[in-house]
Amino acid sequence: MARKPVWGTIFRRLLGALPSLAGVVVVTFILTRALPGDPAAFFAGAAATPEAVEEVRKQLGLDKNLAQQFLRYLSELAHGDLGQSLTTGQPVSTELVNRLPASLELTLFGLLLAAVVAIPLGVLAATRRDSWIDHVSRLITTAGVSLPVFFTGLLLIYIFYFKLGWAPSPMGRLDPYASAPATVTGFFIIDSLLARDLGLLTASLKQLLLPAITMAIFVMAPLARMTRAAMLTALSSDYTRTTRAMGLSRYTVVYRYALRNALLPVVTTLGMVFSFMLGANVLVEKVFSWPGIGAYAIEALVASDYAPVQGFVLTMAILYVLLNLVIDVLYSIIDPRMAAQ
Amino acid sequence: MTEAVPLLSVDNLALEFRTRGGLVRALENVSFHVGTGEIVGIVGESGSGKSVLSHALLRILDSAGRVSAGRAVFNGLDLLAAREAEMRAIRGRKIAMIFQNPRAALNPIRKIGQQLEDVLMQHTHAPRHDIKKRAIECLEQVRIPDALRRYHAYPFELSGGQCQRVMIALAIAAEPALLIADEPTTGLDVTTQAVVMDLIRDLVRRNHMSAILITHDLALASESCDRIVVMHAGHVVETAPTRALFATPRHPYTARLIGATPHDCTDVRTLASIPGSLPDLRAASLPLCRFSARCEQYTSACDQPLPLAVFNQHHSVACHTPL
Ligand SMILES: Nc1ncnc2c1ncn2[C@@H]1O[C@H](COP(=O)(O)OP(=O)(O)O)[C@@H](O)[C@H]1O
Ligand SMILES: [Mg+2]
Repeated sequence: MARKPVWGTIFRRLLGALPSLAGVVVVTFILTRALPGDPAAFFAGAAATPEAVEEVRKQLGLDKNLAQQFLRYLSELAHGDLGQSLTTGQPVSTELVNRLPASLELTLFGLLLAAVVAIPLGVLAATRRDSWIDHVSRLITTAGVSLPVFFTGLLLIYIFYFKLGWAPSPMGRLDPYASAPATVTGFFIIDSLLARDLGLLTASLKQLLLPAITMAIFVMAPLARMTRAAMLTALSSDYTRTTRAMGLSRYTVVYRYALRNALLPVVTTLGMVFSFMLGANVLVEKVFSWPGIGAYAIEALVASDYAPVQGFVLTMAILYVLLNLVIDVLYSIIDPRMAAQ
Repeated sequence: MTEAVPLLSVDNLALEFRTRGGLVRALENVSFHVGTGEIVGIVGESGSGKSVLSHALLRILDSAGRVSAGRAVFNGLDLLAAREAEMRAIRGRKIAMIFQNPRAALNPIRKIGQQLEDVLMQHTHAPRHDIKKRAIECLEQVRIPDALRRYHAYPFELSGGQCQRVMIALAIAAEPALLIADEPTTGLDVTTQAVVMDLIRDLVRRNHMSAILITHDLALASESCDRIVVMHAGHVVETAPTRALFATPRHPYTARLIGATPHDCTDVRTLASIPGSLPDLRAASLPLCRFSARCEQYTSACDQPLPLAVFNQHHSVACHTPL
């Protein structure tokens, strides 16, 4: 009956993640070196002489062999130095830190929207199986999953911005004339709330809504389906039969018993779709000119700019590790059997 | 022991399941009664419809099942025709049920104490601050050692026998008039089986409850029950006081069951030794006597509608060629 504290789980999880993080460091290094294109030539410019190109190459440390480059990369990494972006001239770590909140705000808000719509939809579809709501839910989720995410984005822009004019132009987190709230969390919604600036809050919500909906539509299907399936399993289980036989109210049977049990697979699915969303971010940010790390990585990739791509992949890897950690902690909160292990 | 108005009286109950493979006629013409203070055994091999019968009485069948005929009058109320609101007042409070496989029957992620409190809050008017004390008392009643500690435990932290005690505690928490125990000891080891059965019998007697003990083990039923109802393939084939049933079984199936039951030990695999198997209840034309294909006494008369032969006031058998 003694339950291990959550901190132990967290610590063990973090320790367990170290090898995979090390792997990511190695793989990103090799991958970015294997990318086509010669960054030295690119940055020296089209008109540069071969001598100038060599000079740039030396500056970038690209004249050394791979092992030496890797060692240098490691020691820089140990100092929190992710190198400099050649396109913007800024340190990659600074730019990532500045842009990460934009990506996280978009992804988390999208996930929240998806969960708020899909989980109740799944519960209703299960408790009212084969009713109209079950069919509507199936229709919506099937439609959502069969559209590619950039297409959904473009479609929403076409309808709500171009045709109806309800949405602001899909150009980033705020329209160019507004100024960002004082940075506390980096999330505009929260920061504008903290600054008690309602106008700014609405402005940033308006910008956020379309890309977040695009993301939400993308992951609603797996969430709603898993919720429905998990609810059906829980509702037909032996312990639900017991609660019915004991005469507990329908509310207790469905929400206090079945739903909580059904949350276990739903939480797993939440983690899974969140990682889908981190991936889809890259496209959605491009479509909506969202100044997040995904758009940053794409621009760098196109320019054969190694350092930002490396930094991006590393950031994603850390996000995945943290995500799995959160899932584990949630799991051990919901399921005492997990906590006891 | 039988009185003028029994606590529960089931008449001609029929129950069907709609399945992809066709209509399953799981129960047909089922009649029996339970008197106040009586323990009635329902015995039959696996698949004979014992569980679905109990689910039908509490109206907790899954949605494919439908009662197509019959009445089940409990305290003057027909359970099969009662409104859902009336049933909610019955379940857990007037009729409670314990199940086979207690570990699965308890919610795996809810503390034992909370599960007890859910039931207590639903059925008693005990004040909030009193509920925990009541829950612990319930655990003590079923002789769970160290009840306070178990109150905070989850089902996975208890043994199978202790889980079944918790189930019993849940069932008797609201002091129901009738307890239905569906294979309460299946899956437990032999010593625990005996302890759990003793506990159930004690509690039923002490609290002046009536009980239905469902089991596939005739020997087990004979130890606790006043009367026994023998079921085969959805039919009640014989009903008799326990002693009369063993002394003079009238139905060939009962006789086989008794013959297959070793008297010195209560082995649970006894019923496997009856030749043949239950008929497929989906068949378009089931024989009128569902035992006829397995019966040594079979004659052409058996294809006529089943009579109900009454040997004396308490002993009846549904058979053309009773022993
Ligand atoms: N949900 C269901 N759908 C279809 N048939 C069912 C269902 N539940 C039970 N049955 C059928 O009802 C019959 C009796 O089952 P059951 O009551 O579980 O038997 P017992 O408890 O005596 O072992 C079996 O033939 C079984 O196949
Ligand atoms: Mg059964």
